[in-house]
Amino acid sequence: MEIVDTKKLQELLNSFANKDVYIHLETTNGAYASHFDEKVFNAGAFIRNVKLSYELGKVTPDAPHRVGLKLHNDGWVYAQGITHYELDELGRLLMAGHGYDGKLAVALEISETPFAY
Amino acid sequence: MLQPERQILVVFPHPDDEAFGVSGTLAQYAKAGTPITYACLTLGEMGRNLGNPPFTTREGLPLIRKEELKASCDAIGIKDLRMMGLRDKTVEFEDDEKMVQMMTDLIDELNPSLIITFYPNYAVHPDHEATARAVVRAVRRIPEENRPRLYGVAFANDTLEGLGEPDIVNDIQDVKEAKWNSMHAHISQTGWILQEEAKRKNEGATEDDNWLVIERMYSYRWHEDFEEKF
Repeated sequence: MEIVDTKKLQELLNSFANKDVYIHLETTNGAYASHFDEKVFNAGAFIRNVKLSYELGKVTPDAPHRVGLKLHNDGWVYAQGITHYELDELGRLLMAGHGYDGKLAVALEISETPFAY
Repeated sequence: MLQPERQILVVFPHPDDEAFGVSGTLAQYAKAGTPITYACLTLGEMGRNLGNPPFTTREGLPLIRKEELKASCDAIGIKDLRMMGLRDKTVEFEDDEKMVQMMTDLIDELNPSLIITFYPNYAVHPDHEATARAVVRAVRRIPEENRPRLYGVAFANDTLEGLGEPDIVNDIQDVKEAKWNSMHAHISQTGWILQEEAKRKNEGATEDDNWLVIERMYSYRWHEDFEEKF
């Protein structure tokens, strides 16, 4: 993955607009968060292989970036903390936020085919 | 070395669950020629250790962890590895009866004399708990006189409070290297464990009490079963 280049990422977001796409969206502070520190409130959410289409996708200029997708049905998809991205060998747009501790904090992925694994 | 066994079945949900808690014990059994089957339910697809800068992606991680799992099994001497195809973080949301059936099928096929999994209610991660529940339920259905031994790994913060001292305390120093190699095989994930170990040492843990010396498990207490019925 590469550090977000907003211009390139914006172009990639545009390329998936107005298409049926599959989404993986994930954010978490880890299953062990409150095991290691009982004061931590453990929260997270993920969705995978949810099909949708968006009319407008945007990445914000300030890093770590926010990425928002405005859907055709008045819905939204939003991720905060995106630091890295790549278009993988299967043509999927993978975006992720990697924390200072080397752990994944957030992921947003867009694909024209369902995610396997 | 613990008592001789005819066949061992190990059931954990994540690649590396076997490494930290029981790889020394398993290496001793493998060395003694005891057949071991490891049913690993997921590929740890949702692991958070991806590095920064990242060394892989969310989608690439399972492929890496699959290879790490195989290397760990080689290090331990496990010849029968079963990858059960579930997804990390979703085990508790599978149909409970289907999970029990998965364990029953393995038990029926292998007829193990010992099963090792997590200890229900003391296993921290929801996948660990769901795995432990399924195994205990499957074994509970076997008439008492035919049940295999069932050992559980427990590491919740309230383990000592709830379960007391473990009854299975195994010196694994003779297979230290195998355990180290198993841990090292999971290098994408074991960075934090090594960090934790350093922290433990700073907090006063001694050399003769770390994970390369002793492994601890609890015999499942059927008289204090975690649920009345399923």
